[in-house]
Amino acid sequence: MTGAALPRRPGLRERLARRGLDGTTLLVLPAALAILALFVYPFIEGLVLSFLPKQGGPLANYAKFFGDPYLWKTIPTTLGLAIPATLANIALSVPVALRVRRMKRQRLLTTILVIPITLGTVLVAEGLLNYLGPQGWLNRTLMALHLIDRPVRLVHNYWGVLWSLVIAGFPFTFLLTLSYVSGIDPNLERAAATLGAGPRARFRTVLLPLMASGLAITFCLSFVQAFAVYPSAVLVGAPAGSTRVISIAAFQAAYEVYDDSLASSIAMIMAAIQLVIVVLVLAGRSLFYRGPAGGGKG
Amino acid sequence: MAIHSKDFRTLRLDGVQRDFGAFNALKGISLTIARGEFVALLGPSGCGKSTALNCVAGLLPLTGGTISLDDRRIDTLSPEDRGFGMVFQNYALFPHMSVARNVGFGLAMRNEPRARIAEKVAEALRLVRLEGQADKLPGQLSGGQQQRVAIARAIVVAPPLVMMDEPLSNLDAKLRLEMRAEIRRIHAHLGSATIYVTHDQDEALSLADRIVVMRQGEVRQVGTPEELYTRPATVDVAEFMGFRNMLPATLDGAGGGARARVTVDGAACEGTPVGPLAPGAVTLAIRPEDLRPQDDGPLAARVDQVEYRGRAFFGIATTPAGTALHFRAPSRVEPGTALRFGADPDRILIYGGAA
Repeated sequence: MTGAALPRRPGLRERLARRGLDGTTLLVLPAALAILALFVYPFIEGLVLSFLPKQGGPLANYAKFFGDPYLWKTIPTTLGLAIPATLANIALSVPVALRVRRMKRQRLLTTILVIPITLGTVLVAEGLLNYLGPQGWLNRTLMALHLIDRPVRLVHNYWGVLWSLVIAGFPFTFLLTLSYVSGIDPNLERAAATLGAGPRARFRTVLLPLMASGLAITFCLSFVQAFAVYPSAVLVGAPAGSTRVISIAAFQAAYEVYDDSLASSIAMIMAAIQLVIVVLVLAGRSLFYRGPAGGGKG
Repeated sequence: MAIHSKDFRTLRLDGVQRDFGAFNALKGISLTIARGEFVALLGPSGCGKSTALNCVAGLLPLTGGTISLDDRRIDTLSPEDRGFGMVFQNYALFPHMSVARNVGFGLAMRNEPRARIAEKVAEALRLVRLEGQADKLPGQLSGGQQQRVAIARAIVVAPPLVMMDEPLSNLDAKLRLEMRAEIRRIHAHLGSATIYVTHDQDEALSLADRIVVMRQGEVRQVGTPEELYTRPATVDVAEFMGFRNMLPATLDGAGGGARARVTVDGAACEGTPVGPLAPGAVTLAIRPEDLRPQDDGPLAARVDQVEYRGRAFFGIATTPAGTALHFRAPSRVEPGTALRFGADPDRILIYGGAA
């Protein structure tokens, strides 16, 4: 009982450690600085700039954007590309991932499927032009076979861009989906089978609910990527018409009209739309089961 | 309304084989299980016992042989069409469903009306003594409770056959004893057949009506717990059933009759032959608990170590020839003492061939 009479105030280091702050916490600093410099600062500068239009009050740019159909219609155009492309990628990824998960040479197949990620959108767009363009292999073959008399228009329209988004986005979506699918204990499916659930019922009652929250995250990440589509919208799309996406509008404002303030406003609108979609999806995610996908003690 | 298993007479496995590439995990298993029977598949890991269970469940296709329920061949059916209940080693509870939905899953897949599902689920949860837990998620339950849910889920559909794959191996010792009694009680209540896979001979001895000892993909012996405990058919079954002393000896004279004389370490000794014996090298099998210090015992050895295990002392001694003897002593013996050891001739089993 000798120490009981000496109330001692713990040192600063000890008090910080109790709150989970110690030397290791400093390792967060480089990443935090990078985020501040590369993301937070430009974002704030853009936000401020967007309220300083060339003419009119602080909200003039936003008023202009939403008042001009040529500008605001880029929103539905972009969503009309990004959402179907993301959904198509998820719809493709799930069955492929379910199959790949059981394969022994998973790594080889995964490598092949992932290669497009290294190509970048520009190469994918160029590939699409080579294959599907008016003078591309497909059209030439079909004409040589006298199945068609003139080239079918497969690119330089909505479908060209959608294709390129699906091709470029698939590897990313697939990898994320595969990791969620692989996390599901295979015994759960076996248990469901012994209880009388056929393949469809097993997918509906066991796999899908356990994947749902992961698929929501996958949707958000893939959607954000697809939403910023620019190169393929220009290269394989109709940038003045059906694929005039919001990033084209931002680009034109910045580098053709030289209105930095308007371009910043458009960037802010883009950010807001992405944020709304992501928040909506993540809010929906809370309806799903989010715990571990194991069946009990390992 | 109570859950009672559907009627059937026998489940028959006939030459069931399963290969994984060039590896034969099951080399032609034949076994007949009657309704109401509790059969344990016992063997060390890698002996093919879980493979056999998965074949019966339909989770692994056979590469040879047939499985039939009465006169109906079932090995070509998919698992969902067999209607057997299975309890997995890691329980495999659906983590996103409440206890009630887990237990009701099989009934829902059979499109039973909701009210009936609720009634049967309540009944099954009562049977495994988990009445108050219906609305919890599996993650909120303890290991023992999860195990009970897994059992309830497997039995609620009243399957003719319940399969359990090492269901107690993740539980602590006390809970394991409790759950053994529960499993036995539930089995008796259902009247179904149970196939229980384990590597723990205590579990198999206390639960099963019949034990199937497996090794290297083959059935080595089928018998009641008493038969297996007192009279293992072969040396390796004996070894697995706890005969830790395997001593090389020579048979004196012919091997017929209920008793045979052998020479072990230069001393004469009497034992019980298992199967026909040929003159020459034989192996004596003795359980540690049957080998005791005796002044006139045939085996001389020096005590190496002794440990206290509650009712008695167990120790290891070494013979001059260098063989280790596992023995039991009623009182403490000091390491280093030279003693003589012997056992009741009924408890000394003699197998043909060298150890």
